Amino acid sequence: MLVGVALFSLGLHGLLAKAHLLHKVLGLNVMASGTFMVFIGAGARVPGVAPDPVPQAMVLTGIVVAVCTAAYALALTRRIRDVTGRTTLPGEHDTPPPPHRAARDY
Amino acid sequence: MPYFALAVSTLALGSAAGLARHVALEGALRYPLGGWGAPLGIDLYVDGLAALALLMTGVVNWFIGLYATAYFADDRAGRYFWPLWLFLSGALNALFVSADLFNLYVTLELVGLASVALAALSGKGPALVASMRYLLVTLLGSLLYLMAVALLYAAYGALDIATVGARLQNEPVAWVAFALITVGMWLKIALFPLHFWLPPAHANAPGPVSALLSGLVVKAGFYLLLRFWIMLFPDTFDPRAGHVLGAFGVAAIIWGSLHALRQRRLKLLVAYSTVAQMGYLFLLFPLSFTVQGASAWSGVVLYMLAHAGAKAAMFMAASNLLLAYGHDRIDGLSGSAHIMPVTLFAFGLSGVTLMGLPPSGGFVAKWLLLSAAVEAQMWFYVGAIVLGGLLAAAYVFRVLRSASRIVPSTAAGTLAVRRLPRRLEWAPLVLAAVAAALGFYAVLPLELLEEAAPFTEVAP
Repeated sequence: MLVGVALFSLGLHGLLAKAHLLHKVLGLNVMASGTFMVFIGAGARVPGVAPDPVPQAMVLTGIVVAVCTAAYALALTRRIRDVTGRTTLPGEHDTPPPPHRAARDY
Repeated sequence: MPYFALAVSTLALGSAAGLARHVALEGALRYPLGGWGAPLGIDLYVDGLAALALLMTGVVNWFIGLYATAYFADDRAGRYFWPLWLFLSGALNALFVSADLFNLYVTLELVGLASVALAALSGKGPALVASMRYLLVTLLGSLLYLMAVALLYAAYGALDIATVGARLQNEPVAWVAFALITVGMWLKIALFPLHFWLPPAHANAPGPVSALLSGLVVKAGFYLLLRFWIMLFPDTFDPRAGHVLGAFGVAAIIWGSLHALRQRRLKLLVAYSTVAQMGYLFLLFPLSFTVQGASAWSGVVLYMLAHAGAKAAMFMAASNLLLAYGHDRIDGLSGSAHIMPVTLFAFGLSGVTLMGLPPSGGFVAKWLLLSAAVEAQMWFYVGAIVLGGLLAAAYVFRVLRSASRIVPSTAAGTLAVRRLPRRLEWAPLVLAAVAAALGFYAVLPLELLEEAAPFTEVAP
C-alpha cells in the first residue's frame, strides 16, 4: 500500500509539474496504477489467508477505465498537435509558438 | 437520429417522473441488481434527493434536446452530438441512482468522458485545448475519489454507502478519504480557486453543450459531495471544516461575479456566472450545522434545481445571440432586444432566477439560505448572499442594457443578423419559465426531499 501511495504522489507530480501533455497523461496513468496497488494491498492484509477477491475485480474494472481514458487523452493530444501545432497547454503568461514550428513539435 | 434521441429522452423523463411519484408515495427505493444484495452485489438506491436530481436531469435534458434538434439541423457536428448526449444522460442518471462507492467512480468517469467529448465537439483549437484541460482536471478529480474509495475499502471492507456509513469511525483514515473526495469534487465542480478550467471549456462548446455542462454536469460532482458530507460523514467532521468550504464558497460568489461583470464575451460572462453560483451551493456546509440546517439543506437543493434550469436556458439564449450575430461581444449586441425579443426575454427571465428575485425558484432558495444564515447570526454569509444577488443583477442588466440599445434599422450591423428558427428561441424561454415557476411550486420538491432529509431531527 505504501508503494501505491508513493506511485500516486509520483504521478500527481508528473501531472502538475510537467508541461508536455504526454507527460501529464502518463502521470495520470501512474496515479491510477498507484491507486490499484492500494486496492490490491487492501485485499491481502492477513498473511496466509487467501486474499479478498473483490478489490481485484475492482482493479480489473479500473484498468479498463484507465485504458479508455488514456486512449482518449492521447487521441485528444494528437488532435491538439495537428490543429494548434503544440503539445503543451498554453498558460496565461505564455507566448504563442513561432509559426515555423507548427505541426512538427513533438 | 435527433428525433429518436429526443424520444428516448422523453421516455427517460417519464421514468424519472414515475420514480419520483413512487418515492413520494412509498418512500425511498432500494433495488439490488440481479438479486445479489448489498455486501457483494451493487445496489441502486433512490431517495428524495436522487429522485429530484433525476427529474432535474430529465427536464433540462429534454429542453436541451429540443433545442439541439434545431441547432444541429445543418451541422456535421450534430452526428456526434446525439450519441454523446444520450451517453451523457445515461451516465448522469446512473450516477444519481448508484449506492455503491465503486459504481459511483465508474459513472463519474463516464460523465467526465462524455462531457469532455462534447466540449471538444467543434474541433477548433481553443475548444480542443479547453477540453484537454477539462479532461486532465476531471481525471484527476476521479482518481482522487478512487483513492478515497480504496482507503475506505481497506479500512471498512465495504462499498455500499449505507454499510460504510454505519462502520465509519472518527479516525485519520476517514479524514484522509474525506479530504480526497472533497478536493476531487472541488475540482469537478470548479469551486474557486480550482475554477480555472471551467470558463474556457463551457464558453467554447457549441450552444446545447454549454447548457448541458453548466446546467447539469457540474451538479453531478455536487450531488456526490452532498451524499458524502451529509449522508456518509455527518458526525465525522468538524464544523470548522464546513466553514473552510463556506469561505471558499463566498470567495467564489464574489470572484466569479466580478469576473462575469468584466467579461466582454457573452458566453464567458455566463460561464463565470456559473463559477459564482457554485459558491452558493457550498454555503450549505457551514449552514447545515446551525439550528436551521434543514432550511439551508432545502434551500441549497432548490437552488441546484433552479440553477440547472436557469443556467441551461441562459446559455441557450446566449448561443442564439452568437448564432444570429456571428459573434458574442456584449457591446456589439445593440438592438437585439428588438430583433430577437423572445431570446432576450428568456435571457432576462433566467437572469431573474439567478439573481433570486421573487417569485422565481432562485428567490425561494436564496430566501431559505438567508433565513438559515440570519437565524444562525452568520452575517458573513448573509452579506455574501445579498452581495452575490446584487452583482448578478449588475451583470445581467449590463447585457440587457446593451441589447435594448436602439440602433437605426438601416445600420449595417442589423442587416447582417441571421433569422433563427422558432424552436431555438422558444426552448430556452420555456425552460427559463419552468425554472422561474419553481418558486410557485417549491413545496413539491421540498416535500419529496423529506424522503432524504438528514436533518429531520433538528427541523422545527
